[in-house]
Amino acid sequence: MLRMEEVSKSYQHRGQVVKALDGATIDIPRGDFVSVVGPSGSGKSTLLLMLGGMLSPSSGRVLLGDESIYDLTSDGRARLRKENIGFVFQTFNLVPYLTALENVQIPLYLAGADEKAQEETATSLLNRVGLGDRLDHKPTELSVGQQQRVALARMLANDPAVILADEPTGNLDPETADQVIRFLEEFNEEGRTIVMVTHDPKAAQRAKRTLKLRDGKIIADASGQRSLHVA
Amino acid sequence: MRLRTLVWRELFERKSQMLTCFLAILLGITTVVAIKNVTYYSEKAVAREMDSLGANVLVLPKSVTLQDYYSADMHDDVIPEEYVMRLTMSDIQGVDNLSPKLHVPVEVGGKTFALTGILPKSEFQAKAAWAGAGIFSRPIGCGAVDVGVEPEPEDKKTLVRKRVIKDLGSHEILIGSDVAAFQGIAEGDSLTLLGEPFSVVAVLPETGTVDDSRVFGHLHTVQRLSGKGDVVNCIEVVGCCKEIAAGLVDGVNKLLPDAKVVTVKQVVATQQNVNGMMERLSVIFLVIIVVVGGAGIANYMYANVFERRREIGTLMALGAESGLVLRIFLLKALLLGLVGGIGGYAIGTILAVTLGPKLAGVPVLPMPVLALWGVGISVGIALVASYFPARRAARLDPVATFQEV
Repeated sequence: MLRMEEVSKSYQHRGQVVKALDGATIDIPRGDFVSVVGPSGSGKSTLLLMLGGMLSPSSGRVLLGDESIYDLTSDGRARLRKENIGFVFQTFNLVPYLTALENVQIPLYLAGADEKAQEETATSLLNRVGLGDRLDHKPTELSVGQQQRVALARMLANDPAVILADEPTGNLDPETADQVIRFLEEFNEEGRTIVMVTHDPKAAQRAKRTLKLRDGKIIADASGQRSLHVA
Repeated sequence: MRLRTLVWRELFERKSQMLTCFLAILLGITTVVAIKNVTYYSEKAVAREMDSLGANVLVLPKSVTLQDYYSADMHDDVIPEEYVMRLTMSDIQGVDNLSPKLHVPVEVGGKTFALTGILPKSEFQAKAAWAGAGIFSRPIGCGAVDVGVEPEPEDKKTLVRKRVIKDLGSHEILIGSDVAAFQGIAEGDSLTLLGEPFSVVAVLPETGTVDDSRVFGHLHTVQRLSGKGDVVNCIEVVGCCKEIAAGLVDGVNKLLPDAKVVTVKQVVATQQNVNGMMERLSVIFLVIIVVVGGAGIANYMYANVFERRREIGTLMALGAESGLVLRIFLLKALLLGLVGGIGGYAIGTILAVTLGPKLAGVPVLPMPVLALWGVGISVGIALVASYFPARRAARLDPVATFQEV
């Protein structure tokens, strides 16, 4: 489903070359649930961004199915995200001036759905995450847990095959964090592929597979079965 | 969810910023509209005044110079009176008034004065109307607009200012102030000239020109009494400044190849200078508004893009393409420009109509065409000033959505 082939990313920082990712090769089959762990600055988010077509590698290839993501134009990658990928952000990234319902409508609008269909789908998704009574609430009128659930509903709007989550429980209390992980497990059971960056060992344990990064290198793959590449 | 929902909601999310930008556009357009409106009517008023400075084009016999005309006043060379009709019937634009003249010396109380034959406007107007064509079938007045002011009642003394009078009987005369003072003549008196009695219908106010030493009578009477036939010494033309600049004199030259057509350069130059100055002034104001307003909007838009980069990045992460991001910002600019333009037109017009007469001393009426101007400039500035910030937004890296890289 998702594949990285010898992917490296380096930055220039004050005249020094910093390697954010160093020769990463991974293969994530359809339906996998991968957690990516490692200390800050180890390259977790870089890896996630690259899988999501948001950050081009310095070398190597990233593939979604048979499509080499970075051989597409930036608009081509936007279309690919719209059709295949759902993002969950640590800070939820809800649009502050839109209601919960409207936030969930955004991906549907971007996909060209008509207003009636947008509203019906968004309402049913918010019902699914238990926010059917908060449709017209703006993000500031919701608790952080509720905000993350709105973000989950928005992520599901276009029925993505791949879910990329960046610290989805990072800002949540343990109970709400557990609720979010349960949702992700549920989505995974539906057949969606999930890659989740996390600092939370408990959350990481809930994944089927754990990739450990240090200094931009994948140093461990906990399942060790599907694909292992230790640089 | 539609594009306009996204734009509309965001506008009201940052109310104070939106209001500041909106006010900048509104004030700019208000100023442009108010100034343009007042200057338009001021220009018209100035043009009217300028055009009433007197004749600025003279049609003379070939052999007569402008200097001869002014210094000697009287000369024996003549041109056919028929030239007046040719001018009247032509399609030359910008001839406001025509005044054919024939001068003959007359003796009044032992002193020689000039008896000047003039043709009242009603006569050639009637002929033109009868012919169904010509310059007097069109509205005249050098493009002066009707501002709803009652025209001053026309009396015989308008000859001094407008060079023509409307009616004059065959045995009626107008007396220059010097002649009247010298001979002790008053309105209503009778006077015998070249053997025929005339009644004095008006004593003209003092002008400080040769007109003060003239007696004005009907052209055809003067022609008959002098025995010169259907001729005149000159035709004074009050031409509209703009048309003179656009080649009125060439037109008259072509029409009357056997006559000499000269412009009174000083008058024309003054007229054109004043009109040009007014036009330049409004252009300067417009440029200032465009530059200052444009810079304000661009600044607001850049700040807006900077503030919203996380939100834009989120939209991109969700699949928004660069074209959509560009449209979001440009639609916002369009809305601000449109509302600012309409509001600016309304307020500018109210200010111009209420304050214009007090400040500029001219009556000012609303000009609907300025609504198009106002909205056009406003939307144009808003779109141009927002284009680069919007393009910058469209090229933002969606990575900006993430906390760490």
